[in-house]
Amino acid sequence: MLTPSPSQAIAPPPGPVPAAGSAIEVDGLYFAYDGEWVLEDVHLSIPERTFLAVLGPNGSGKTTLLKLLLGILKPARGRVRVFDKAPELVSERFGYVPQNTNINQSFPVSVGDVVLMGRLGRGLRLRRRTKRDQELVRTALERVGMWSKRDRKMAALSGGERQRVLIARALAVDPRVLFMDEPTASVDAVFQTELYSLLKTLNETMTIVVVSHDLSVLSSYVGAVACVNRKVFYHDSAELTTEMIDRVYHCPVELIAHGFPHRVLRDHRDS
Amino acid sequence: MWSILQLEFMQHALAAGMLAALACGVIGPLVVVNRLVFLAGGVAHAAFGGIGLAFYFGFAPTAGALSFSLVSAMVMGSITSGRRQRSDTIVGVLWAVGMALGVVLIDLTPGYNVDLMSYLFGSILAVPASDLPVMAALDLLIVLVIGLFYRHYLAISYDEEFARVAGVPVRLLYFVLLALIAVSVVMLIRIVGLVLVIALLTIPAYMAEQRTGSLWTMMMVSAALAMVFTIAGLGLAVAANLSSGASIILVAAGCFFLDLVVTRLRQGMGRPSGAAS
Repeated sequence: MLTPSPSQAIAPPPGPVPAAGSAIEVDGLYFAYDGEWVLEDVHLSIPERTFLAVLGPNGSGKTTLLKLLLGILKPARGRVRVFDKAPELVSERFGYVPQNTNINQSFPVSVGDVVLMGRLGRGLRLRRRTKRDQELVRTALERVGMWSKRDRKMAALSGGERQRVLIARALAVDPRVLFMDEPTASVDAVFQTELYSLLKTLNETMTIVVVSHDLSVLSSYVGAVACVNRKVFYHDSAELTTEMIDRVYHCPVELIAHGFPHRVLRDHRDS
Repeated sequence: MWSILQLEFMQHALAAGMLAALACGVIGPLVVVNRLVFLAGGVAHAAFGGIGLAFYFGFAPTAGALSFSLVSAMVMGSITSGRRQRSDTIVGVLWAVGMALGVVLIDLTPGYNVDLMSYLFGSILAVPASDLPVMAALDLLIVLVIGLFYRHYLAISYDEEFARVAGVPVRLLYFVLLALIAVSVVMLIRIVGLVLVIALLTIPAYMAEQRTGSLWTMMMVSAALAMVFTIAGLGLAVAANLSSGASIILVAAGCFFLDLVVTRLRQGMGRPSGAAS
């Protein structure tokens, strides 16, 4: 039996009230895995066309939060609203880039067919691929630099290339909200920079939520930050303060604006 | 050899073999890429409970097998799709319970000596002509459903979570697939028997996966391979007076291992010597 303990130790910051055009609203959300709270009392109000970075150490509940926003997981308490509806009702306009790019590695499928999966749409509609489908697939593949490899087998690609294809698949949806879970995990530094400038362009027309443990790259592009460590701290500015990071990581973290290689964050968790 | 093809039962056997091979060519790849091999094995064995029930109450064994495999597929599906943990245990239990139930029911059936071997290891040479149109109809059903919703099945097989977010009714499609697996399994029980069903669902699909670039070509190649294995196995069985089901499986397994060895050798030659792991 779950007995939630909405501790008030650290109250979520009041945050700004986005009067109109809110994309994502989260109210008093709780989520547990096997009787243990992963997320507690989460409140979020993300205006449309926000570029939100969701940060936090491993096991902090970042991916869980993302899956709750996507409607893949259901909250134990509280609710998620995307464009004023339950996420699963509007999710056909979500572009989702999952974290694991190694799913089904030997699966016999071409790059083009994977990206075309972004054009399925809701329900079991039987329709041929339209001209618009083909254009969106082409644009998406061109944006990630994979159009020339559209006939390649997924199994023949490198990890970074597979990641690009999965990003293209999400873009082919023509999304209103783009959700990405560690999109730079297996791509090279050059594409990483390309990707973030692409996201900046896309951000003019869509809301973007990026889950990452990579603080340095995000800080220069994002418009808002949600720090996750069972609780969620939302800041609607691009500035990452050391105080914010300290709260989440529970250890002093050095902030560097553009730092390669990655710093490894020690996993300090209150237990 | 040609004179044997004049025999009516031989023609029926070949026709039944081709129809079953088509079903396993379409469904086998979906079983393999969705990692449903164990579940398919469970469904095949649970079907034996239905066969026992059919003998006990005196109705057609195929009807008993079909209803039992459908029900057990749905039960296993609802358990596996909800909680992944321990779902293989439940499949294993249903697998054994179905078998035990079948054996006990046949024990209880008065004065009836059932040829258990033909259900366990197939009886392709005893397929009655009346079964052929039923098998053809089931084939048509399988090809139609998978053909119409090919893109949906491709999407849920490749990345179920993404498909769900995109609004694809993943659960519905999953249970329809399980029903089609149950149907295919019952067809294959006729040919190779319930013990050997898994081999014919997996071997052609695995060999096809290595050679093809898309799911539908994988299906075509596995159907072709299943047909070749069935014909060759049947030929071997007739020529050497062996059990047909086991012969088909041994031909398939022989090709499978030969393929594995050849692939290994070829990979070995491509690399500098001593690099093989």
